Amino acid sequence: MDFQDRYRLAAWVMDYALQRGADEVGVNLINTEELEIECRDGKIDRLEQGIQNLLYIELYKDNRFSVHKSTLLKKNYLKGFIDTALTFTIYLEKDVFRSLPDKNLYPVSPENDLKLYDTRFNRITLNQKINLVSHMENISLNQDNRIIAATALFSEECFHIIKMHSNGFKGENHTTSWAMGSEVTAKDKNNKLIEDSYYAYTRFFKDLPSPEKVGKEAVKRCLQKIGQSKMTSDIYFMVVENSEVSTLLGMIFSGLQGSALFLRSSYLEGRKNQKIASEKLTVTDDPFMRKGLRSGYFDSEGCATHKRIIVDHGILKEYYIDTYYGKKLGMEPTTGDRSNILFNYGKKSPQELMAEIGRGIFVTDFIGGNFNSTTGDFSFGIIGFFFEKEKIVKPVNEMNITGNALTLWQNLIEVGNDPYQYSSIQAPCLVFKEVFFSGE
Amino acid sequence: MKKYFNLFGITEELVNKIISQALSRGGDYCDLFFQYRSTRNLHLEDNAINRLYNATDMGVGIRVIDQEQTGFSFTEDLTLTAMKKAASAAAAIAASKGSISRSDLKIQTFPNYYTISRTWDSVDIREKMPLLSTINNMVFSLDSRIIKCNVSLTDTESKVMIINSKGEVATDYRPLFGLKVVVTAEEKHRRETNMSALSGRYGFEYFKGDVLKEVSQKAVSRTVDLFKAVKPDGGEMEVVLAPGSSGILLHEAIGHGLEADFNRKKTSLFYNKMGEKVAKPFVSIVDDATWENARGSLNVDDEGTATEKTILVRDGVLVNYLHDRISAQHYGVQPTGNGRRQSFRYPPVPRMRNTYMFSGPHTPEEIIKSVTKGIYAETFSNGQVLIGAGDFTFYVKTGFLIEKGEITRPVKDINIIGNGPEVLKNVVMVGNDLKIDNGTWTCGKDAQGVPVSHGLPTVKVSSLTVGGI
Repeated sequence: MDFQDRYRLAAWVMDYALQRGADEVGVNLINTEELEIECRDGKIDRLEQGIQNLLYIELYKDNRFSVHKSTLLKKNYLKGFIDTALTFTIYLEKDVFRSLPDKNLYPVSPENDLKLYDTRFNRITLNQKINLVSHMENISLNQDNRIIAATALFSEECFHIIKMHSNGFKGENHTTSWAMGSEVTAKDKNNKLIEDSYYAYTRFFKDLPSPEKVGKEAVKRCLQKIGQSKMTSDIYFMVVENSEVSTLLGMIFSGLQGSALFLRSSYLEGRKNQKIASEKLTVTDDPFMRKGLRSGYFDSEGCATHKRIIVDHGILKEYYIDTYYGKKLGMEPTTGDRSNILFNYGKKSPQELMAEIGRGIFVTDFIGGNFNSTTGDFSFGIIGFFFEKEKIVKPVNEMNITGNALTLWQNLIEVGNDPYQYSSIQAPCLVFKEVFFSGE
Repeated sequence: MKKYFNLFGITEELVNKIISQALSRGGDYCDLFFQYRSTRNLHLEDNAINRLYNATDMGVGIRVIDQEQTGFSFTEDLTLTAMKKAASAAAAIAASKGSISRSDLKIQTFPNYYTISRTWDSVDIREKMPLLSTINNMVFSLDSRIIKCNVSLTDTESKVMIINSKGEVATDYRPLFGLKVVVTAEEKHRRETNMSALSGRYGFEYFKGDVLKEVSQKAVSRTVDLFKAVKPDGGEMEVVLAPGSSGILLHEAIGHGLEADFNRKKTSLFYNKMGEKVAKPFVSIVDDATWENARGSLNVDDEGTATEKTILVRDGVLVNYLHDRISAQHYGVQPTGNGRRQSFRYPPVPRMRNTYMFSGPHTPEEIIKSVTKGIYAETFSNGQVLIGAGDFTFYVKTGFLIEKGEITRPVKDINIIGNGPEVLKNVVMVGNDLKIDNGTWTCGKDAQGVPVSHGLPTVKVSSLTVGGI
């Protein structure tokens, strides 16, 4: 199916469901084309390609609501599928808050190009991609004789969504994304295996780092871990690497969702305009960032997106309220979707910050653990390095950090100057004081 | 076989054309994984069953293997043209011009480990809805501190047919349900949330007797107990793992490391350790696809291989890896029926099914009495492991302090972290009370999720790092 075929099908589905008795209908028609190559031992270990078509239909009938997904897209099949879906919907209990979003919330017209689609998609030959990934694996494997295995990966994806609502909304997003990564395993002198990886995700092929950088970075991260051990349980300064900040930030975002507020399972309920973090934390949600991994002019409900400051110098300014929970909570809808997250960045590098602090643990990975959104309590496993001044003294593992999100974020004392560019959360490294680490 | 051919609208002639296309550039082997899957999810929130999610999915995954290299593609369009295009994409991996002998299609037969009497497709949603409202009513009647209850029931039916270039045909009908009850309670302006869950390859007949009452009671007691819970001191201590869901320890600490692909790639800490002593003689561990109606059970794996009960550790000695076809060929052994995939959109890789430790010589009472100061860990979530280093972690959702040989106060919000081989060596007592957990466990690997289960008798680990205050 080409673009026009997909538009016609989405419109037909909407018309058919209305004709069969639905009060309102939402249709999402998604097409994804993807390719993934994995290289190991100088050979392509895995080559995967596929094209996926998914149809989602939201049905609203007499204040009842249901969602139906099908990958079978022939009209003859869909007629029966939609008829059955409507029958199912009628059996449900009424929910007076369910409806399509108010028309006034839809975006007015497309504005500037957000640069989310790379025309190089499908224009790079398979051989070029294979050469790139083979080269990356070779770089990783030959950096150091302690490296015993390396796997290099390359992937590309093209995503297209048509979104139509029976009360007038029509939208389309066409995006590409690219990824490159290397996973390496090293053996230390005691035959213990150590592993690490380095990945980069971008909207445009040309923005990917070089295979050399990815291959070498994965090796560097891995070899640094040799000799890991746990330290004595104690309170330390904690510096969190920029790529890992998302785990801690997730504790704030999970508490901002309308659903969590309604279910009384958010530790941030009733804290709007209150201090939930130190004044060092300012977080902005920016859906209009060019080439952003979560950029777009409308959200998953079709509502217009807006740039918003979520936390301003530690003060909580905004929740994430979709139209359904907005009605249930009696709150104005904002959006239920997080987009790209930017910070007020500091002026110092991680090395300068560590030198300033003097002594602490630099966390480079969180492993497992949990966050209790109702109470704000958390416990995460960590991997990283013990440092004194700007020098790494020893690699650490098998340690936990435990505490409460409100206390932890109040203990944020410094923000780095190094936004992580390969994620929708462009976090810098962060420095926290008085963090309890469990170890020996 | 005919029933499945009709379901997917294919013929033997068409299958032969696809296989020929897939092997057009060479390759040693090819398989086609056809799948039809229907899923329904009913959701109760705010005392009303007001949400339904319903999905139908069908397609084929085409895989070509050339030595140890895999080419894979899929399509949801089961026409000859679309499948030939996908077969050509999968064929791109092959570079060795060769021809393999082909034979007529022959259906294989397998035992049935999930006999059911009422298929989910045959049950009207009006019959399912009272299950959710009954649980909701029970939850609110059990404790006045309950302020919110969410109940979700998901049922799935998957019909698969695997046809390979050797002419072998396997079919399987796989029912699965998952029930989750999430409860929030409030006491003196303090709130706590916890949950209970049930899952298995059962039909609708599963819901009889006290099933609903038990799942409701568990959700409520696990939640309100948290008001009494304390955070333990952090650090290394003795940990007693309760029977059942503690099996996640095996899944994370040893199971992933024994998946043969990691060993074939030399990235597992169990690489080249076959035959070595890894635990005390009273420790034996198995990955079992044959446990009746368990969530991870399979009649046949996703490569068409018969499943089995695969012993991994026998009397403390490592004896087996978990194999798919590629790793079995690499090691020169028979595949163990562990080739699994999330759906037709993914190639199979070695995965666990139901992983558990056999019962041992100790009673649960003597195990608890032997601990002066430690943790009794009962339910878990969020397990994770680093395959090479063996470092693993899991989060204790429900647990208790053990003080002077007695279970005393509940504990909360703790993470347990350790190293797989070290923890196995530190298993110093094994109870005689094996229990397989029936929770909604899904294992993630290579961005694919598959249903699994695990189990454990009461087990004492002499030292683990506990995250506390």
